Amino acid sequence: MSYDALIIGAGHNGLVTACYLARAGLKVLVVEKNDWVGGAAVSRELYPGFTYSNCSYVSSLFRPEIMRDLELPKHGLQILPYEGGALFTSDGGYLGMFRDHEANRREFARHSRRDAEAYDRYSRDILRNCRLIRPMLMRRPPDLASFAPRDLSELAWLGKQITGQSEAQIYDMMRFWTMSIADFLDEYFENPAVKAYQAVGSIIGTALGPMSPGTAYVLLHHAMGDVDGNVGSWGYSRGGMGGITSALHASLRASGGEVQAGSGVRQILIQNGRAVGVVLDNGKEIKAKRVISNMDVRRTFLKHVEEKELPGDFLKRVQTFKTRGSSGKLNIALDGVPNFTALPKGAPNIRGDLHFTDTIEKMEAAYDDWKAGHFSQNPFQDVMIPTLIDPTMTPPGKHFMSCFVQYAPPKIEGRDWTDADRDAFRDACLNQIEQYAPGFKSLILHAEVRTPRELEAEVGLTDGNIFQGELTFDQMFFNRPVPGYANYRSPIRDLWICGSSTHPGGGVMGAPGRNAAAEVLRDMKMPAKNMSDAYAIV
Amino acid sequence: MQSFDTIVIGAGPNGLAAAQRLASKGAKVLVLEASGAPGGGAGLAHLSYNLDPRVAKSMALAQHGLVWQQTNLATTALGTDGKHLRMQGALGATLSGDVPEKDRAAWAALRTRLLRFAAVLAPLNQMSPPRIAKDAGNPMLRLGMIALKARMMGAREFRELGRIILTNVHDLLDDELSAPLLKGALAFDATLGGWLGPRSPNSVLPWLVRLSGQTAGVQGALGLPKGGMPALGAAMAKSAEAAGVTLHCNARAARIIVEDERVAGVTLADGEEIRARRVVSAIAPKTTLLNLVGPRHLDAGLTTRARHQKSRGGAAKLSLILRALPDFRGADLTDRLLIAGSEHDVERAFNPVKYGRVPEKPGMEIMIPTAHEPGTGGMHRLTAVAQFAPHAPADRDTARAAMLAACMAQLEAHAPGISAMVQSAEILMPYDIEDQYGLPGGQWHAGELSVEQMLFLRPLPGLAQYQGPIPGLWLASAGCHPGGGVSGTPGWNAALAMEAAQ
Amino acid sequence: MTTLRHFETPLLKTSFHPRTEAANKLWSWGNWGGYTTALTFEDLSMEHSAIRNTATVYDLCPMIKYRVEGPDATAYLNRLTIRNAAKLSVGGVHYTAWVNDAGHLLDDGTLFRLAQDRYRICCQERHLNWLLDSGHGFDVTITEETEEIAALSLQGPTSAEILRLGGFGIDGLKPYRMAEFALGDGWLMISRTGFTGDLGYELWTTPDQALALWDRLFAAGALHGLRPIGSDALNIARLEAGFVITGLDFTPADTCLREDRLRSPLELGLGWLIDWDKGHFTGKAALHKQRATGTKWSFVGLEIDGNISAEGAILYHDRKHEIGVITGACWSPILKKNIALAQILTKHLAGVNIWTEIYALRELHYEKLMMVARVVDRPFFNPDRRRATPPGRF
Repeated sequence: MSYDALIIGAGHNGLVTACYLARAGLKVLVVEKNDWVGGAAVSRELYPGFTYSNCSYVSSLFRPEIMRDLELPKHGLQILPYEGGALFTSDGGYLGMFRDHEANRREFARHSRRDAEAYDRYSRDILRNCRLIRPMLMRRPPDLASFAPRDLSELAWLGKQITGQSEAQIYDMMRFWTMSIADFLDEYFENPAVKAYQAVGSIIGTALGPMSPGTAYVLLHHAMGDVDGNVGSWGYSRGGMGGITSALHASLRASGGEVQAGSGVRQILIQNGRAVGVVLDNGKEIKAKRVISNMDVRRTFLKHVEEKELPGDFLKRVQTFKTRGSSGKLNIALDGVPNFTALPKGAPNIRGDLHFTDTIEKMEAAYDDWKAGHFSQNPFQDVMIPTLIDPTMTPPGKHFMSCFVQYAPPKIEGRDWTDADRDAFRDACLNQIEQYAPGFKSLILHAEVRTPRELEAEVGLTDGNIFQGELTFDQMFFNRPVPGYANYRSPIRDLWICGSSTHPGGGVMGAPGRNAAAEVLRDMKMPAKNMSDAYAIV
Repeated sequence: MQSFDTIVIGAGPNGLAAAQRLASKGAKVLVLEASGAPGGGAGLAHLSYNLDPRVAKSMALAQHGLVWQQTNLATTALGTDGKHLRMQGALGATLSGDVPEKDRAAWAALRTRLLRFAAVLAPLNQMSPPRIAKDAGNPMLRLGMIALKARMMGAREFRELGRIILTNVHDLLDDELSAPLLKGALAFDATLGGWLGPRSPNSVLPWLVRLSGQTAGVQGALGLPKGGMPALGAAMAKSAEAAGVTLHCNARAARIIVEDERVAGVTLADGEEIRARRVVSAIAPKTTLLNLVGPRHLDAGLTTRARHQKSRGGAAKLSLILRALPDFRGADLTDRLLIAGSEHDVERAFNPVKYGRVPEKPGMEIMIPTAHEPGTGGMHRLTAVAQFAPHAPADRDTARAAMLAACMAQLEAHAPGISAMVQSAEILMPYDIEDQYGLPGGQWHAGELSVEQMLFLRPLPGLAQYQGPIPGLWLASAGCHPGGGVSGTPGWNAALAMEAAQ
Repeated sequence: MTTLRHFETPLLKTSFHPRTEAANKLWSWGNWGGYTTALTFEDLSMEHSAIRNTATVYDLCPMIKYRVEGPDATAYLNRLTIRNAAKLSVGGVHYTAWVNDAGHLLDDGTLFRLAQDRYRICCQERHLNWLLDSGHGFDVTITEETEEIAALSLQGPTSAEILRLGGFGIDGLKPYRMAEFALGDGWLMISRTGFTGDLGYELWTTPDQALALWDRLFAAGALHGLRPIGSDALNIARLEAGFVITGLDFTPADTCLREDRLRSPLELGLGWLIDWDKGHFTGKAALHKQRATGTKWSFVGLEIDGNISAEGAILYHDRKHEIGVITGACWSPILKKNIALAQILTKHLAGVNIWTEIYALRELHYEKLMMVARVVDRPFFNPDRRRATPPGRF
């Protein structure tokens, strides 16, 4: 029995690719090593009665075009906007974020009148860059060194996007794309807490500190998504992040595709330089006309393809592809809502993202620890309690708390993580929260601690890098994952890649999967039916 | 009273280069220098790496006293155990010391690649940055040639250039090499004069700019003039004067006179007014705009941008008078000596500077001029650039003392006994350099040479073509494209731009 | 300044809120700059009619106010604004605007010269950053005083009489001049300014005097038809007077997202404000260049056939080609005409063959009308009583 397309990995991108291909009429199989579907976008019951979003935990980037094309809402997907957020300061105060513009302005003004007003100009400038970059998400990057008509026309399109702006705006954009977020924020804000809050998006998932050049772009990566057209806003998937992949799974089944869980791939079968199928861990062979890997490039090519099948240059670039993990995660079942003493009663901020790092310098120092091969002594955390909005994940009155933590290196001073390391890491995080919410620890019913080690072992993300490869310029756009191969293809015929290692990168976005499917269909000279282009920006 | 049509502020390499060029084309040029002697930043540097060949040739520096002591200085990266790494020829063409074979081959390939990329980009140095705008009048032929040459490297190299251009030095080195001393030396050089650690993205491009420089026709080579770098400044001054330039030292420009919204001359600190229709500022753009011209003659947005221009100096300059020649565990003292044990050491030396603190173990680039030319009274001189040093610590005197102590500890670790030889020691922190040389933040490049302040973004968007924001004002310092070093390039380019505008 | 519980009341209340709340029979409120303000109190037509017939008060508290003081205040304002602040004498007020380096409008507003070295800027949008940044290199202090000043606009033919009856001698007060009076144990500053194009005054005091002022005016105005008006009535009056509003007629440059929406004073018909001879000011070089090359856009007053308001309508040339957009429009009850303000491509400034596409919602269906529009002079309405000094007794 042979498939038209075999996809390795039932994460969101693999499922997106599978859905589009199945809808185009291909016979599609997705194989997944875990017993469950979803990759890093999962909801799992790790404590009785509690649903955990134990990997990814918020949604903004997932392209609405894909949701529509694949009818995900019909298959159960619901994205819920969330409210505000807060950054707690070491002096016992807080800086709140509000959805309401005026409340937000007045809250900022409490810390700095200047910054309260600068925020509008800042938001405008971020949005301008978002508008420019968003149309690029759902296109195949050009190969700089190619003279093929398609590459040239893509380059011309890109040039037109850029030169469609005024000269001054082009310069501003180029500065923004190359600056550190710390320097960028200095041009707008004076208050340390305001700056620290704004810097959050520029370090999440990134092995860089806020003072590293290029981090302003990373901020964009987190700001260019939207919930219901509100660019830059974030939400929860109802029922946890698995809501996205279960809807994809349902959509796939509805169009005739199937997922085979509990089927880890041992090897990608290659005959005469063509991928012809896979061998599973259990020794079973599955034949397919093409194999599409949703694993990161290092895992795909270094673990599941024989070295001899790959040209030296490509192999070298894959070997040096940067996947250094920088984050860890705590997933906690709570017996009640923690009392963040700084927040006034009734403040909506608790229903959003919570942070405890109140200066850029502290964020940067946390990064210095990572560079030295340690987890951060005073970590940066992005804490959420989605169950304050989503009633489906826990029993009433109980809560699920997701703590995304930076920085955590893939190795501790060059050696593997031990359980003792993991416990020390957990304590650093819990103690930090306890400081701002006394009694918090006594509410903990269960806590899952995930370092890059666990992330790699369970989800298969090499070095625990949540983006399947760092988002630095040398690994972005036409450089992602490897210069000359930013086209979702590989040096091996019929072996494709569709994961976050490819353009436009990580986050639960679906764009890599969609783009890969578009390329596969194009290669087959099949029309991509029901595949929307990026919504026009008006 | 003589009258001038052009006043150049600052008799550093760029001021002198611009002045010489303008005078040789018939302008009546006055150069104002705040200090007692010409040379500017040449007095701060202790090596030459990017003297502009156009400047050297047109200014006939050889006829005006420039003699090279060394045109291709070797570098010894010091190991604490006496296992040094010696790098001879431009950018370590040959390595001797304890380097694995694998590294030698990898370095040969990487070195070739870096020099090639730098050479491809080098023509950009010798022109006004293009404007990214329609109908901007860019020299499309020249730009096209640069693009063509880049593409002629072949698809593989072209893609590689596209990959590494904005990446970081740490990964670039770490992907290819393993020897810590080699990686340390290269990481140190790559970040010299910047405010970036080797781990910082965007650290490769400034290195490529550095490697596009040359000495006596050899790309990437380091030169040492006889009499030290001040001799290079002196030769430039002589050349300028021979071209008819009038040079006034001890003449500090206090204000640029603006009348009817155009430049009308310069007021000196002592109150003297000198009129001229054209003023060329070869001191830092930030100082020029904010202090000499002043906000009230400039648009508010530009003033704010100038204030935000990043100009953080990260290097301190150490000068020691020694009673004897130190022994760096057998290293050749006529070499350039580097203390940078590994790329991690370089990064670690940068870490505290981010927070305004002094590193425990700064990296150092050491020159012993008296090993080349005998000093006076049997004394020896040692100069060193120490990285990184904070430009704005909480307490300047404490930081200076700590930095000196850290440098001495580093020296002692690599040349045991050197502390006992010290007759006198002076260290210039970035803020001291600012006070003495007028460089904001003590930044060597008169404004950081970081990617967002490069090319058409240098010194500020909209001012990258050397023409100032008000008629008659020109910018010609290291703060302009392509940046610092004792090159004369920005000054020369500015003079060319002035000619083209006429 | 703000309490920690401000999230419970995202919108602030003005100093006059106890009175406006009592008067707001329709309970029709809107958000103006973060304040709860009345849109209509009782009856839009009656409110507009009162502006032109008797007198009205309009709560101006949400206007953003900055105090500029110091030895360099005049030099600072001359660099900041496009008009010449040095020509404004103490006790004088003028309408002005400021732009960014590219010459794009940031805002317009009124500038009050309170003393030799002390001014007040009163404007629509918040500009603290721009004002502070512009202050670099000047010996000047800039303070936002929006919350420290309660302001009320008293407009209409009987406004002068009401002030007289209220005990304020304003007979000698000429247009664009101001005078200070005692009010309770505080002060009241009265400027002969306004946004209606009619006889009128703006009253400035401290928040603690606000209610006393309101009450005094209403006591004095009982027999002179004084009534409070909301923003809707004012909008009709300001259109008749041909005044532009930031955010409605142009988008301020510092928050404008789409670059093709940026406008210069020349494009907004505010070129007359620019003093080209006063020396350097921010944006001058850019405006100079634009003046030389001509502007792409112009701003005009239009008279439109029919009596259906053309709000938001697109302008066409020859019924086919889009040539502009209407930024504000109304049926003018005083002129009995359909009037509008519009941005229009300069090449169509001559006003030939201009059409507006009006959609009139009538019982769930849009009636589409193509109506002829003619470019006319502004202001549309400009009565002599606006300027007469001493003001007439009506």
